[in-house]
Amino acid sequence: MPLSGAQLADSAWNDAAIKLGNSLGAIAGFLGILLVVFFVAGRATGRFGRPTAIAVFLGPAVLLLLVGLVAPLIRTVYLSFRNDDSTRFLGGKNYGWALTTDSIHQVLLNTLLWLLVAPVVATGLGLALALAVERMKWQALYKSLVFMPMAVSLVGASIIWKFVYEAREAGQPQIGLLSEVVIRLGWKHPPNWILDHPLNDFLLMAVMVWVQTGFAMVVLSAAIKAIPDEVTEAARLDGAGGLRLFWYVTVPMIRTTLVVVLTTVMIVTLKAFDIVRTMTGGNFGTQVLANEMYSQSFVQFNVGRGSALAVILFLAVLPLVAYNIVQLRKERTTR
Amino acid sequence: MKILKSVRLRNRLLVAPAVLGLALTAACSNSSSSDGHQGATATLTGDCAKYQPYAGHAGTKVTMFASILSPESDSLQKSWSDFSTCTGIKISYEGSNDFESQLPVRVAGGNAPDLAIIPQPGLLAQMVKTGKVVKPPAQTVDNENKWSPVWKTYGSVNGTFYAAPMSANMKSLVWYSPKAFQQAGYQVPKTWADLMALSDKIAKAGGSKPWCGGISSGTATGWPATDWLEEVVLGGQGGDVYDKWVNHTVKFSDPPISAAMHTVADWMQNPAWVNAGIGDVKSIATTTFQDAGAPILTNKCWMLQQASFYEAQWPKTTKVAPDGDVFAFQLPAVNPAVANPVEGGGEFVAAFSSRPEVQAVQNYLSTADWASSRIKVATGWVSANQGVDKSLYTDPIDQLSAAALTDPAATFRFDASDMMPAAVGAGQEWKSLTAWFAEGQSIQRVAADIDAAWPQ
Amino acid sequence: MSTQTSSVTVPLPAVKAVRRSFSSPLGSLFVVVVTVLWTLPTFGLLATSLRHQQDVADSGWWNVFTHPELVLSNYHTVLFEGGFGVSGGLMPYLVNSLAISVPATVFPLVLASMAAYALAWVRFRGSDTLFFVIFALQVVPLQMALIPLLQLFSGGAHLGSFTVLPSFDLAGTYLPVWLAHTMFALPLAIFLLHNFISQLPRDLMEAAVVDGASHFRIFRSIVLPLCAPALASFAIFQFLWVWNDLLVALTFAGGTPDVAPMTVRLAQLSGSFGGRWELLTAGAFLSIIIPLIVFFSLQRYFVRGLLAGSVKG
Repeated sequence: MPLSGAQLADSAWNDAAIKLGNSLGAIAGFLGILLVVFFVAGRATGRFGRPTAIAVFLGPAVLLLLVGLVAPLIRTVYLSFRNDDSTRFLGGKNYGWALTTDSIHQVLLNTLLWLLVAPVVATGLGLALALAVERMKWQALYKSLVFMPMAVSLVGASIIWKFVYEAREAGQPQIGLLSEVVIRLGWKHPPNWILDHPLNDFLLMAVMVWVQTGFAMVVLSAAIKAIPDEVTEAARLDGAGGLRLFWYVTVPMIRTTLVVVLTTVMIVTLKAFDIVRTMTGGNFGTQVLANEMYSQSFVQFNVGRGSALAVILFLAVLPLVAYNIVQLRKERTTR
Repeated sequence: MKILKSVRLRNRLLVAPAVLGLALTAACSNSSSSDGHQGATATLTGDCAKYQPYAGHAGTKVTMFASILSPESDSLQKSWSDFSTCTGIKISYEGSNDFESQLPVRVAGGNAPDLAIIPQPGLLAQMVKTGKVVKPPAQTVDNENKWSPVWKTYGSVNGTFYAAPMSANMKSLVWYSPKAFQQAGYQVPKTWADLMALSDKIAKAGGSKPWCGGISSGTATGWPATDWLEEVVLGGQGGDVYDKWVNHTVKFSDPPISAAMHTVADWMQNPAWVNAGIGDVKSIATTTFQDAGAPILTNKCWMLQQASFYEAQWPKTTKVAPDGDVFAFQLPAVNPAVANPVEGGGEFVAAFSSRPEVQAVQNYLSTADWASSRIKVATGWVSANQGVDKSLYTDPIDQLSAAALTDPAATFRFDASDMMPAAVGAGQEWKSLTAWFAEGQSIQRVAADIDAAWPQ
Repeated sequence: MSTQTSSVTVPLPAVKAVRRSFSSPLGSLFVVVVTVLWTLPTFGLLATSLRHQQDVADSGWWNVFTHPELVLSNYHTVLFEGGFGVSGGLMPYLVNSLAISVPATVFPLVLASMAAYALAWVRFRGSDTLFFVIFALQVVPLQMALIPLLQLFSGGAHLGSFTVLPSFDLAGTYLPVWLAHTMFALPLAIFLLHNFISQLPRDLMEAAVVDGASHFRIFRSIVLPLCAPALASFAIFQFLWVWNDLLVALTFAGGTPDVAPMTVRLAQLSGSFGGRWELLTAGAFLSIIIPLIVFFSLQRYFVRGLLAGSVKG
């Protein structure tokens, strides 16, 4: 029987109530169990107190990490030494393929470019904005608007920017903002942006910068505000001013924050495959490692090669992590 | 690439069948629900009687995963709604445009759907390799014999039959505007030489270019270019070379295929002939296949080589008919010695479970009865099942496609890139042909790169 | 961020000196230009989604200023047409998104704060190393975990004939999605929260221990209340991430209206609509509305939480 509109709406609301009820129930159950565990474990005293506490606090997280990340990582390393249906051991052949194939060279080069440019530009812009916005009226408004892209998924962001870069033959009415602007500025025959290598690499990076700058700005702005005024005052009494003050006092004071921001953006940049996948599908010389890995493993069934690329990606990020750890250690020993 | 026809169908879904469906729901539910769970097979009466062979599984659910998206998936779901209500088997359908990467992940992860509608024999072969695909029941195999035998081979892997064909589409079409042709006094070309001469004539007449094209399609960018190459290989070299090319005994860099690539270059990469109203040759790489034909309607462009499913791309108000705003003619053979070359695509139903209700659905979908039901729901869908009454097709493009696909004299071949291993057919070939158009890579380099990607 | 400005003391002359060099008229101009640049694409998205199909194909969205002819029909199409049968709206997907995102934010938040507390204040041999290993796990590409996790969820875990973990019936439940999101979120969550929690005043902790409070008590009555801003800021992060995720949802929830979130549905729609910009943009705009609301209503916590971890002080 055809449902009336009201009935339909009713059933939709019922459905919604059940689903959200289930979710909240799951949360309540989860917290309830924790409370009981806390209560019981809290009884353990003396010799057992500490081990119990460690087990209860760390156990669930460590277990989930072992299952969700460590085991898959080991599996990936294993697969990277085997052939495509993992029936034969290949030694380092997959890695050899990755390092000797022309198209993969391009991929590695692009990835390196992304890693160097996008995070630095995003962080640099963020820092400049953080300093410049400081004493402006309506700074909350500016900050919010610049931060807004952070709430957009990378796929959504890519759709937005694909639209900006849309190019039509000169003489036709343009529907892409970029072409329209440069034509108005007097460039009669702008290129088909997304095809123009290596320019297209940077146009794609702009999307990442667009998303991440707000994040960098907000965090750095907070860090600058937290610098004790006495520090800058002392430096000024020593005769420092303006830009010198910035380079020799402000930057060192927020160095830890800068490193954390830079690293976070770098890791996001390296792992993100959505932008390239949505905007060019890896064509026109824009392919990056994360997307090539996805396509090799899941579309082309070159599981061994895909895994090797994943391991290379992992190894590429490792130095960044190591650097961060060294920084953190330093910080800890000074405390 | 059949999958990409997941595009807007013109909204001429008939209201009548939908209403009828709802009425049947009421009529059937009485007869089937009474003893659904008793184990004894229910007797279906009235309008439901014809579903008797599938009875006895009331209250069960069959999951189905496919690349077909709304609104086409709505037509599919409508086509089996009577079956569902009469037999009590619920078919839970899920469509995804990440089907090709999601299906392998789910199968490997032990979460395979009961049924998957796979458009690429290459992907089917990959799935069979996992050992999770279940052979179809005897009844399906029986029904299968009503299809032309060649289709059975496309649903087979290493000689074993796994997946029954479902729909078929016709790739060898050229879209044009009958009105514009008539006004300009152009004739529909009957031979490749005529087609080339006409293209030249249009180009020389000035004002507009004869061809438009678009190969952009998200992560599958490049697939329309594989179709162009396949048409030329099939129509220029014949079925034997085509088959050898598919299994890589003839390589991309071998003379027959290189020659075909040169023919494609003279045709779709000829700066004087493309890309009408959109840009230069390179713009083919950034134009979506959906948008490619639009300039035909504004007389900026004359012809577009695209499959039968491109019909769904025309705006609602466009009249698709031999005397309408747009229509299609069959692409002539490059080499007149090749008899009526027809390239097609299709979809195959593979099962990952042998539960009786899954087999019941499989059996039903392989009948001419179901195909007729689907044809009645909406146009833009053709079955290659020879048991289907051809008078059911009401749309001129459907009629044209059905005639070509079931023509016993045709040199019919399935889309080559869909049959090749995914590393080539869904990977390097797309990429390299795209680079061929976008970056002007040499034919030699393109061929060598694709050959190198062939799995060892 | 207005709360920030109010908490800043009147700048001393030295601070002014630094700021002056950046807050010149030129600096202000720079901020305004960047803000406009940053907002334009989203605005173009909104404008396009409100235009007629033909207008979108023929002219740029900036023409809305001269020919302001706006319609809501694209939203109507996206929301109600081309759906599954009679209940074609986006509503069930919206509900699913919420039902997935809220638990997938709470679970990692609680588990990570527990772990962070243990790593920071219940020090034991190897606790530093463990912390660094967890930090390093951030870089594992999550695509690599899809198949093994799916195998685990669908098949359970067995040691010989002993069942360590029973298998789930994956159809129609959110549990696998929640679990997967929780696993993937833990490294960053533990890292950020650890930075915050480890900086809580030592005296306070020691006083509590002297009073005989157990770790569980300390955690509940001191740590959790004090790190509320950090929790809030991470919650925003995680909520945005889960809400915007496509890959995890597609793999562990599938695409049926029972469980699939908005992102999955919109991906299906974008496939259906092909080159129809006006519909794609309407869909894209719908998908960013809720994250924007969440962000704007919680943003004041955001900075405070992130700040503590990463600033020397």
